[in-house]
Amino acid sequence: MGAAAIVLLLIASAAGVQAYREVRYPSPPATAGSLYLTSGTAIRRLTLGYHALAADLYWVRAIQYYGSTKLRLAGQQGRPAPAGGADAQQGYPLLYPMLDLTTTLDPRFNIAYRFGAIFLAEPFPGGAGQPDLAIALLEKGLRHRPDKWEYMQDIGFVHYWWRHDYTAAAEWFKRGSAVPGAPWWLKSLAATTLSEGGDRRSSRLMWESIRESAEIEWLKSDAERRLTQLRALDQIDEIQAYLKQATERGFAVADWNAVVRAGVLPGIPLDPAQVPYELDAEGRVQLSPRSPLFPLPIEPKRLKPMS
Amino acid sequence: MSAIRVIAVNVFRESVRDKVLYNLVFFAILLMGASYLLGQLTAGQDVKIIKDLGLVATSVFGLFIAVFIGIGLVSKEVERRSIYSLLSKPIERYQLVVGKYLGLTLTLAVNLSIMAVALYGVLAYMAWMAGPAAAAAWDAPVLDPALLKAIALTFVELAIVTAIALFFSTFSTPMLSAALTFGLFIAGRFSADLRNFNQVLESPVATTLATGLYWILPNLSPFDVRAQVVHGQPVATGYLVLTTVYGVIYISALIAAATAVFARRDFK
Repeated sequence: MGAAAIVLLLIASAAGVQAYREVRYPSPPATAGSLYLTSGTAIRRLTLGYHALAADLYWVRAIQYYGSTKLRLAGQQGRPAPAGGADAQQGYPLLYPMLDLTTTLDPRFNIAYRFGAIFLAEPFPGGAGQPDLAIALLEKGLRHRPDKWEYMQDIGFVHYWWRHDYTAAAEWFKRGSAVPGAPWWLKSLAATTLSEGGDRRSSRLMWESIRESAEIEWLKSDAERRLTQLRALDQIDEIQAYLKQATERGFAVADWNAVVRAGVLPGIPLDPAQVPYELDAEGRVQLSPRSPLFPLPIEPKRLKPMS
Repeated sequence: MSAIRVIAVNVFRESVRDKVLYNLVFFAILLMGASYLLGQLTAGQDVKIIKDLGLVATSVFGLFIAVFIGIGLVSKEVERRSIYSLLSKPIERYQLVVGKYLGLTLTLAVNLSIMAVALYGVLAYMAWMAGPAAAAAWDAPVLDPALLKAIALTFVELAIVTAIALFFSTFSTPMLSAALTFGLFIAGRFSADLRNFNQVLESPVATTLATGLYWILPNLSPFDVRAQVVHGQPVATGYLVLTTVYGVIYISALIAAATAVFARRDFK
């Protein structure tokens, strides 16, 4: 037997022993992540000028952290939420520091600002639920690249969708539209936001604009997902209207079987992701937590008429 | 002139025969290949990361080559006592120093060229895989010729590091030479801070000393244009020329110093 075969045999034996040990003594679950270094300036120095690569590593880490935390939280759905409104801090406490480090190490890291803002603004548990930090991150990007109308669009979007501040949203869309090279529709988006902010139709218009203009596949598919969520909201309204009519006619709408038996609906309605909607005891139609579209966004309210 | 050429070619051949050198090149190429896998985890930033990683790899591996081979250029000849047979030949001491230096820079040039080709190869593969639609989202073209500007300035920076290593190699032990060269490299990367010391120091003597050091130490940070080229920002030709001229002058000073020290050494 040659030396190479012996080496291979020994490596295979080691792998076998390792596999057996892992079955007998399973590895403890991974502990919560931590950031040993929190100062971007300090890391910039420690990396001896190779800070762009360090930014890449922190970006990969931020994505892994966001993805794994989101999956972990999705697995815990149904359990009571942590008290004290500290969900985001308990769920994604390292997200903003990681994104801040990434963008300090590479201030022109376009995607870290844009994706990072989405991860931060998205309501808990889908994201950190910290729209203020999302805006802070994008404003940091604008300090380095004042010509990025995309960041202004994203800030306007965070104001619109997550803070429901349509005046601020319209202001940012307007600022973005004034940047040379900005798309024509940003100006009309500003006007629509100011006049019809919070309306589902204007939300749809906004997401369609983002879907059409997004150069990055992930942003496109995210916009597509948002549009599907809006479609689910339309469907819920429609089903709710049928149930209301049925209730008015004296039918009990406590569960789907009763609704189907009464002939109010031909079958249990499915959301656009083909997951059945849920019906609570009070007859309210809701998206299932098992649906990939869950949670639906809190629908922006119609802009109050300005006095 | 022919003596310098012969020495340079011999240094290059010796470097090529050196297994460490092969390993470094192999590892650099492997790293660039691995960067493709890393790119899969980065939400569409694979091209940026491959560029960053490729450019950093050329710099870091080049740095190790420059330091660890540079420090042995002269001291190894002294340790092996082959310096006696060399000096007994009809060559001047300055020819030996310059030849050794040029041989190692030739090695670096060949290494960097191979690394650049490998980097462009990986990027071409990425461009082919991603398709034209994804290209719209990138800050700069995938096969951006501007990457060569970053590689060219890296080469000049490494040529300075080689000259530093050679200088220390003429009068110091390899270990000490390596420590001193790395020390100067780090100081060179941060030398711009010395210029701003007057903002934090009150003593005029300390400020003058810091400013003096700023002008004397090699200023290596201007050779780093990696982030600019990766983000598609322009790097002016004038900037490239002036930075290169600075590098060439600094190298000349170091080679002159190395030659002067080596000329005074007594090998009896």
